[in-house]
Amino acid sequence: MDWLNAIVQGTLLGGLYALFAAGLSLIFGVMRLVNIAHGDMIILAAYLGLTVTTATGLHPLLALVLVVPTMGVIGYVLQRGLLNQTLGDDLLPPLLVTFGLSVIIQNGLLEVYSADPQKMDAGALETASVAVGGLNLGVLPVLTFAVAVAVIWGLQWTFYHTALGRAFRAVSDNQDIAQLMGLNRRHIFGVAMALALGVTAIAGILLGIRTSFDPSIGGGRLIFGFEAVIIGGLGNLWGTLVGGVILGVAQTVGAKIDPGWQILSGHLAFLLILAIRPNGLFPRIS
Amino acid sequence: MPEPILQLHGLDAHYGDFQALYGVDMKVMEGEVLAIIGSNGAGKTTLMRSITGLLSNGPAQIKYRGVDISAQRADEIAVQGLAMVPEGRQLFPSLSVRENLMIGAQVGRKGPWDLDAVYKLFPILEERKDQQSTSLSGGQQQMVAIGRALMANPDLILFDEISLGLAPIIIKDIYEALPGIIGEGMSAIIVEQDISKALSVSSRVYCLQEGRVSLEGASDTVSREDISRAYFGIE
Repeated sequence: MDWLNAIVQGTLLGGLYALFAAGLSLIFGVMRLVNIAHGDMIILAAYLGLTVTTATGLHPLLALVLVVPTMGVIGYVLQRGLLNQTLGDDLLPPLLVTFGLSVIIQNGLLEVYSADPQKMDAGALETASVAVGGLNLGVLPVLTFAVAVAVIWGLQWTFYHTALGRAFRAVSDNQDIAQLMGLNRRHIFGVAMALALGVTAIAGILLGIRTSFDPSIGGGRLIFGFEAVIIGGLGNLWGTLVGGVILGVAQTVGAKIDPGWQILSGHLAFLLILAIRPNGLFPRIS
Repeated sequence: MPEPILQLHGLDAHYGDFQALYGVDMKVMEGEVLAIIGSNGAGKTTLMRSITGLLSNGPAQIKYRGVDISAQRADEIAVQGLAMVPEGRQLFPSLSVRENLMIGAQVGRKGPWDLDAVYKLFPILEERKDQQSTSLSGGQQQMVAIGRALMANPDLILFDEISLGLAPIIIKDIYEALPGIIGEGMSAIIVEQDISKALSVSSRVYCLQEGRVSLEGASDTVSREDISRAYFGIE
């Protein structure tokens, strides 16, 4: 039963990792941009949530109503004002610029909020649990997983059933020809980044309810997000969810064997899959 | 006297240090079908890329409906009713046949062309509408590319090498469909290596040679001799 518990808890943790990863996967899929600052943006969203909850007394989940659109606007402005200028045939400029952004966000957060770990107060939600067939499942992890599934389903639906999604795929396929169809790729990229940071906002708030956070932990979240994307295969959002779950289960099972092995076993599972399937499990982009 | 829908004044085009077009002057009249011929590397595709805004141009070199569009982006130009069937089809591989057509309508221009009209013109596309565009044969892909451009309800449509890489029987089909496509007041530029095909559907012809206009004339009066001189540059 302990092992089953570890696997179930890991699966639920994987939902959070999938949320970390979904934004990364989306922007890489649309514009081949690798966002090194993605983890720090998750933490930025958590701090925005903290500010909103302390200033207004709102429940953290209700703070999403403000934080998601704020992050969306930040995403659009950032893309149009800065990141679009770095995109081209060379992959290096966006990497360097987002690396710089990562440093700026971390230090900005340090200035404003100090290095003290913070946590959002979600009241009874944090400790509530339900008993399912002999297992005790935390309501928050279950909720997180459900949100992850809903977000990925929503992104997938947007991609394959809306004019916006068609535009994302067309621009991703061939930027020049998409321009001939009247699509302004700079605007499309801005919308994609807005959507990605909207998802990041959800991830940041759920992270901030679950654990304490400080300005330095963005890098670690970025790694988990990357690993989930790569395990699942580039360009496949459901694959990203599977990747998150594999990573989460590897971590909790590792921790079950020895508490010190939690992070290491996640990385080992990632390495193993990379060795067997270098393109991930379900790649759509080669 | 009809107005020119498109006018080029001394159009130059560069790829880095390499100059591909030298002072090209050209005009397309309202409702006219213009042919552009020339050998490989004469600058035909470059000319198409300049007109559609995919290459940046110098100021006042391209006028569309009397407005200088030289500095506009490709998507801004497309919205004004200029569409292209690009060389090599260039369909979107992640989009189904139907989605490829739908994206042509993205510019939101009203007119006779919609999904039904395109399916009526090319019935095979309706049968294949949910397939990935890359799973079609070359000729069917060309139909999608033509349909995609028509969905924009353009005033001026550019056909870049539509017979390239297709079987002769399919080229014949497509050229037989062309008058029905171009009708109803649409203007067209047809870029072709197949000179007789180009002359048969156009009213005027320009020949490009090494980035310059080497011949201009009415399609039914230019002589074979003039064309081969303009085409190959042999005196």
